[in-house]
Amino acid sequence: MAALKTRISIENLNMFYGDFHALKDVCLQVPQNNVTALIGPSGCGKSTLLRCVNRMNDLIDGVRTEGRIIIDDQNIFSPETDVVLLRKKVGMVFQRPNVFDQSILNNLRFGLRIHRQMRSKSETMELIQKSLEDVGLWDILKDKLHHNARQLSLEQQQRLCIARVLILLPEVILLDEPCSSLDPIATMRIEELLRVLRERYTLVIVTHNMQQAARASDYTGFMYMGQLIEFGLTQGIFTAPCKELTENYITGHFG
Amino acid sequence: MFRKINERIIETAIRVSGFAVIAFVILIFLFLLKDSLSLFRVYPLKAFLTSTQWLPISEPPTFGIIPLLMGSILVMVGAIVICVPIGVATALFIAEVAPGYLKMILKSLVEILASIPSVVLGFIGIVWLGPFLKTTLHLNTGMCGLTGAILLAFMALPTIISISEDAIIGIPRSYKEAAYGLGATRWQTMWRIVLPAASSGIIAAVMLGIGRVIGETMVVMMVTGNAPIIPHSILQPLRTLTATIAGEMGETVGGSDHYYALFAVGLVLFVITFMLNFVADISLRKSRK
Repeated sequence: MAALKTRISIENLNMFYGDFHALKDVCLQVPQNNVTALIGPSGCGKSTLLRCVNRMNDLIDGVRTEGRIIIDDQNIFSPETDVVLLRKKVGMVFQRPNVFDQSILNNLRFGLRIHRQMRSKSETMELIQKSLEDVGLWDILKDKLHHNARQLSLEQQQRLCIARVLILLPEVILLDEPCSSLDPIATMRIEELLRVLRERYTLVIVTHNMQQAARASDYTGFMYMGQLIEFGLTQGIFTAPCKELTENYITGHFG
Repeated sequence: MFRKINERIIETAIRVSGFAVIAFVILIFLFLLKDSLSLFRVYPLKAFLTSTQWLPISEPPTFGIIPLLMGSILVMVGAIVICVPIGVATALFIAEVAPGYLKMILKSLVEILASIPSVVLGFIGIVWLGPFLKTTLHLNTGMCGLTGAILLAFMALPTIISISEDAIIGIPRSYKEAAYGLGATRWQTMWRIVLPAASSGIIAAVMLGIGRVIGETMVVMMVTGNAPIIPHSILQPLRTLTATIAGEMGETVGGSDHYYALFAVGLVLFVITFMLNFVADISLRKSRK
C-alpha cells in the first residue's frame, strides 16, 4: 500500500459545551484521498468532531475548544485562520438535504457569489455543469435549472447539496450522516458517489449505520463518550477490532 | 341531560359570535354602499372619481375624490419609504444579531411604541416635528405631508417589526447552516438566504403596516395641514381620505349631498384597506406553507 499522506491532523482536541466535556483528547490523522468514517452510538461526539473541522461549532454559544487541528500546516483555531476560506476548502454536507428554497441554479451560484467568483456567464455555466456531472445530476437537471430545488426528490436534493460544495473546489468534504433521510437505494447510490469522489477529495463521513461505514469507507474511527476509542483500516476495525468496546459495538451489544 | 343542553348552548354561542363578525362586516359594507349610492343618484359617479376638486360647500358643490386620494397615497408612500427599511432592518437585528438581553429590551420598546396613542404622536408632530422640518427644510409650513408620513411610519413600525421578525425566526436553521457551511458571512447569509426565504412574511407585514397607515386619522388630521388640493410634493399641505371624513362629518347636515359624499369617501377607504388585508393574507398563507 502506498504511503498515506495525512490531510487533517487532529491533535489533543478537547471541546466543551458549557460544562459538558464533549470531546476528550481526540487525536486523529485523517488520510488524504480516502473515505474516513466515524461511527459510534448517538451522542458520542462524532458529529461534534466533524463540525470542529470546518469550525461550524463557532455558531453555537458557549463552546470552548482546546488542542489543534492542522490542515495545510496551519492550526484552524489560530486567530489568523480565515473561517470563510476554511469553509471553502473544507465543505460540509448535512444530515438533512438543506437546499435553499430557490432555483437549482441559484443554489449552485450561491457559493460562487459569496466568494466573489462569479466570472463570465459561460464560465459559471461550465462550473455548474461540471459540479452537477460530478454528482450525476446533469443529465436529469440540465433543462430544469430554473426549477425550485425543493421540488427535487430527497436523494437529488442531497446530491445537489454535494454539488453545491464541489463547485467551490474544496479539498476536504465532511458529510454528517448524509444518508439518514434517504431510502436504501438512494443511500447505495450516494455511497457509490463517495467512492468516486474519493479519487479527488478527502472525505470524512459520520454515520450511525455500521454497514454503511463498512461498505463505503477505507478507514474507520470508533467513538464513545467523547473519546476516539479506536482508529484504523475499516476492514481491520470490523473484522479484528483491538478493543473490547469496539467489538461490543460492532457486534451490536449496544448502540 | 343537563350536560347535553349545556353543550348545545355553548356551541350555539360560539357559532353566533362567529357569524356575527361576518354579519357586521357585510352590514358595514352594505351601509356604506347604500349611503354612497344616495350620493350617486344626484352626483355622477364619474365626476366623483375624476374631478380634481373637493369643494363640498360651494354652490354647486364639487365632490372630486382625486385630491384626497392623492393626499392619502402620497402620505402612505412616504411612510412606506421610511418605515419599510427601518422596520425590516430592526426585525433582522432583533431576530438574528442582537444578544438575548438587548432582544428583550428592543421587543418591549417596540410594544411600547405600538401603545402610544396616535393623538400623542400628533401632538409631538405639532409642537416639535412640524416646526423642526419647517426650519431645517425651509418650508412655508411644517404642517405638510412629510410630517404626517414620518409619524405614520412610526405607527406602522411595530406591526412591520413584529410580523417580519416572526417570519425571520421561522426560517429553518438548516438554511443558515448550509450558508455558513459554504463559507458565507453573517451578512451574506441574511441578505441572500434569510431575507428571500422570509420575503412573503415580510410582504404581509408591510401590507398590514400600510393598512394601519392608510386608515389612521388623528395624526394626519393634526399635522398634514388639511388642504384638500392636489399635492405636487410631499412637502406641501394635503389632506387624506380619513381626515376629510373626520373633519367634515361634524359640519354636515344628515342626509345632505355632502353627508353622502363623505360616506362614498369611506367606501373608497374600505375597499382600499380590504384589498391590502387580502394581499397580506395571501402572502402570510404562502409564507406558512
